[in-house]
Amino acid sequence: MLNRIIRAGRYVNQSLRLMVGVPEYSAYVTHMANVHPDQPVMSYEKFFRERQEARYGGNGKISRCC
Amino acid sequence: MSSVIAKLGWLAFAMLGAFAFAFIALNRGESIGAIWIVVATVCVFAIAYRFYSQFIASRVLRLDPTRMTPAYKFNDGLDYVPTHKYVLFGHHFAAIAGAGPLVGPILAAQMGYMPGMLWLLTGVVFAGAVQDFTVLFISTRRDGRSLGDLIKSELGRIPGTIALFGTFFIMLVLLAVLALIVVKALAESPWGTFTVAATIPIALLMGVYARYVRPGAIGEVSLIGFILLMMSIVGGQYVQEIPSLAALFTLTGEQLTWLLIAYGFVASVLPIWLLLAPRDYLSTFLKIGTIVGLAIGVIFVSPQLKMPAFTQFVDGSGPVWSGSLFPFLFITIACGAVSGFHSLISSGTTPKMIRNETDARFIGYGAMLMESFVAIMALVAASTLEPGVYFAMNSPAAIIGTTAESAAQTISQWGFYITPEMITQTAKDVGEHTIISRTGGAPTLAVGMAHILSEFAGGKAMMAFWYHFAILFEALFILTAVDAGTRAGRFMLQDLLGAFIPSMKRTDSLVANLIATALCVAGWGYFLYQGVVDPLGGINTLWPLFGISNQMLAGVALILCTSVLFKMKRDRFAWVTIIPTSWVLVCTLTAAWQKIFDANPRIGFLAHANKYKEAVANGQVLAPAKSIEQMQQVIFNDYVNASLAALFMLVLISMLGFGIRTVLQARALGRPSAREAPFELLPAEAIISKT
Repeated sequence: MLNRIIRAGRYVNQSLRLMVGVPEYSAYVTHMANVHPDQPVMSYEKFFRERQEARYGGNGKISRCC
Repeated sequence: MSSVIAKLGWLAFAMLGAFAFAFIALNRGESIGAIWIVVATVCVFAIAYRFYSQFIASRVLRLDPTRMTPAYKFNDGLDYVPTHKYVLFGHHFAAIAGAGPLVGPILAAQMGYMPGMLWLLTGVVFAGAVQDFTVLFISTRRDGRSLGDLIKSELGRIPGTIALFGTFFIMLVLLAVLALIVVKALAESPWGTFTVAATIPIALLMGVYARYVRPGAIGEVSLIGFILLMMSIVGGQYVQEIPSLAALFTLTGEQLTWLLIAYGFVASVLPIWLLLAPRDYLSTFLKIGTIVGLAIGVIFVSPQLKMPAFTQFVDGSGPVWSGSLFPFLFITIACGAVSGFHSLISSGTTPKMIRNETDARFIGYGAMLMESFVAIMALVAASTLEPGVYFAMNSPAAIIGTTAESAAQTISQWGFYITPEMITQTAKDVGEHTIISRTGGAPTLAVGMAHILSEFAGGKAMMAFWYHFAILFEALFILTAVDAGTRAGRFMLQDLLGAFIPSMKRTDSLVANLIATALCVAGWGYFLYQGVVDPLGGINTLWPLFGISNQMLAGVALILCTSVLFKMKRDRFAWVTIIPTSWVLVCTLTAAWQKIFDANPRIGFLAHANKYKEAVANGQVLAPAKSIEQMQQVIFNDYVNASLAALFMLVLISMLGFGIRTVLQARALGRPSAREAPFELLPAEAIISKT
């Protein structure tokens, strides 16, 4: 039961962060370690800025509705 | 055995829903509790989700749980990330829910709550959710590409460009109408204006904090921002009570318009981390929180609906917006029933993060049902007001005058009970000088929410706080949309102009950026100004134009869905998208036609222009114009609006032509011709982890 609550809490947290365009940092680190161990991994700070730029810096893409 | 129990369960559910409907239908003349609307809605949505979306998933689209998704194929930990379906649902819902589903149903309430409710329920089940789901599916099968790209590859290059062109004009009208809502809510309201203005320094502070003090601490910075926001609402009351400060923040609609235009320009050229991003955190979290709070309030308080099921205004003579039930109800309630804008989101970030194709049903269809539920709650909030108060707030000054006495007198003649005291008392309760002609939907929702939330927490003493909280919540995400939309529009414009003037395409050039931004701001600013000075309130002109443009995009997206179904050789099931396509097309084209050619000057732009032309010929000056030059301006505006409506019709008709051509070509072929990414097997762990 407790585990389920913790897991639900984690999903809520992940979802709230994703709502403003920031996916899981740990998933990114794991992915880089597994698939591109040769490439540098961005620090959380860099990762955060990169994501901010991607969400709002735009290229004409629309990330929200009316 | 368990399947029998499940069937009995669904049968019981269906009966509960039918009972709720019967209760609503048979209780005419008496007010009913909002809980009945909620029960009926939940039953309809649960049944639609369980059976209809299941049918679409397994028979029509045939979702394949073993098929590769873009999230695994291009996994980069950034844009393409396999994401749990509940997490992604939240993301998708936050992206599609905005001001649209809140405002449309409130304006539609002038015909009574029943027409709006019925269209919301049927529209979402058979059109809106189907569109969102199908576009999400189509994009997921094509590496998560955008709507413009999908149309290009499935229908051809020209229709792709036409769709992009149409999207740009939707952006302009959308930004204008959203900004108009803010202007109408804040005009002559020092409390509201102060609170909303305070969000700018708060966001700047947050931006610096999240950049340099505690980089990336989103939760922390949002909490700080939220506390400051609440303080600014409380502070607004003091501003209102101190005459010198109150005078500073008491602005007319025209002043606010110029401020907003300047704001739109400056905000969209500032670095994103400084203003846009932190404001987006606040507006997103506040939006989700308020929606949840409103849902809890409606369910637990179950306010009485005072608006009748139908009013006499179904004939099209209503003061809030003009035009008869068909086609204008279906234009007025766009978001919440079917919204073309969602097709841009369903082909945006969501398909890049879907873990398994089968999740598209929950995310695409499910999130749209949720949005429709939000729209139902907005309808409930508007219907809990005394109808007389509702009409006092939503009728333009040209019809009901500017004093409580004149408003009460006119509205009483329509048969709704109202006294001048009721109007002034409502204004006093929510801490405003006046509530007359606060058109645009936001103030109405705010009064409705204040009623519901104050019953839930704080009582009457808190009403003014909740009213300004609701205004702030709407203004906040509208300003975010204005800022982000101007940026998106600028890029679109640079892309379009770049085809003719190559130097405009350089998005790194400051000059090109500033020119494109200025053009974009001027575009929506033009429509905004025109709406603000309109004696009929502006909403009367702009909201139908926005509705038509949004439904036009829905038509375009549904034409794409239908074409793809034929290309997949699912002809047998193509009715699933043909029916909503036809309905959306019929409503949109009829509405656009009437907006241009109807003989009634309150509906038809050309008739309105002619009325002014005749007056000019006779040397008369009609409001809002104060001189012959301004009369010419009104006539010019009418022609611009008529041209825009005609443009939307042209886009839709040409897309229909391209769609029919594609379908005929697909039918002539003996094999499927849809251009999906080639089949690959999903990694085993993704298939197994699917439950």
